[in-house]
Amino acid sequence: MNQSHATHQTGHDASHGSFKGYMIGTVASLVLTLASFGVVMGHVVPPGIGLAAIVVLCVAQLVVQLVYFLHIGAAREQRANTGIFVCTAFLIAVIVGLSLWVMHNANVNMMPTQMSIDRAIAHD
Amino acid sequence: MAHAATTHAHGHGHGHGHDDSTKTTFGFWIYLMSDCLIFATLFATFGVLANATAGGPGAKDLFELPYVLGETLLLLASSVTFGMAMLGLYAQRRAQVIVWLVVTFLFGAGFIAMEVNEFAKLVADGAGPGTSAYLSAYFTLVGTHGLHVTAGLLWIAIMMHQTFKFGLTGTIRRRLACLSLFWHFLDLVWICVFTFVYLRGLL
Repeated sequence: MNQSHATHQTGHDASHGSFKGYMIGTVASLVLTLASFGVVMGHVVPPGIGLAAIVVLCVAQLVVQLVYFLHIGAAREQRANTGIFVCTAFLIAVIVGLSLWVMHNANVNMMPTQMSIDRAIAHD
Repeated sequence: MAHAATTHAHGHGHGHGHDDSTKTTFGFWIYLMSDCLIFATLFATFGVLANATAGGPGAKDLFELPYVLGETLLLLASSVTFGMAMLGLYAQRRAQVIVWLVVTFLFGAGFIAMEVNEFAKLVADGAGPGTSAYLSAYFTLVGTHGLHVTAGLLWIAIMMHQTFKFGLTGTIRRRLACLSLFWHFLDLVWICVFTFVYLRGLL
């Protein structure tokens, strides 16, 4: 009985979050959001790494909110949710990444409309 | 004895309720992950069509980042205030739950009002979904998110009423736990929207 009560309590702590947790999540999200907009609105980084910067900030904020708002983690009561989430993240990477890759190749390899079939075959 | 039995049954009932609600929230989590895949396909479509403006206006002609930042902060604020409602739920304070749900609803409604206003302006300026493949993809992706938020607002309104009427029973707690996941999840999707639709477009 005692033991089950103890498990119950830790379960609450792990999967419910606390005021401190929500505040950490809020401040971190706010900082990351302002940083993302700052990168683009302030033109502070060279154009080459602008995209990389906002993607990194985006992923960082997703992780912050998953941990502090959605309470994803490695604790026993969270493990099932976390496992399914990791599978979904993999599926998303496959769907989005491969779609962009396939369509990019289709665009690059598509015959220009001003070129005739004979010239395309002759690699002119 | 009878009293002790009742108390025990009640305590036990809560334990069982917790078990069941764990299963329910897990099932709801699986639904959210399938919803994730809907958004993934919409993001993939948008990514493919991002440059297909067909001579029409592109992101640089259409969007103002301060406005988008305003929408973003409203939705983030509503996510935090929902967290405060959940803290009220764990502390068994019904009034706190209802007050924070009202605040969450107002922030969420503000977000939707700004988005509807943005859409109306785009359509009035001749940049409706029929203008180009880029704008079709934009309206589908951002509109689907907006519809989710609208459904969330409806759900929040219903839960305010139910919490007021029935108190923090096991059923209400379970429903609020699912709604909490749904609402925080919508903020996660919005993070991807402002990064890949707005910021990337104006980079």
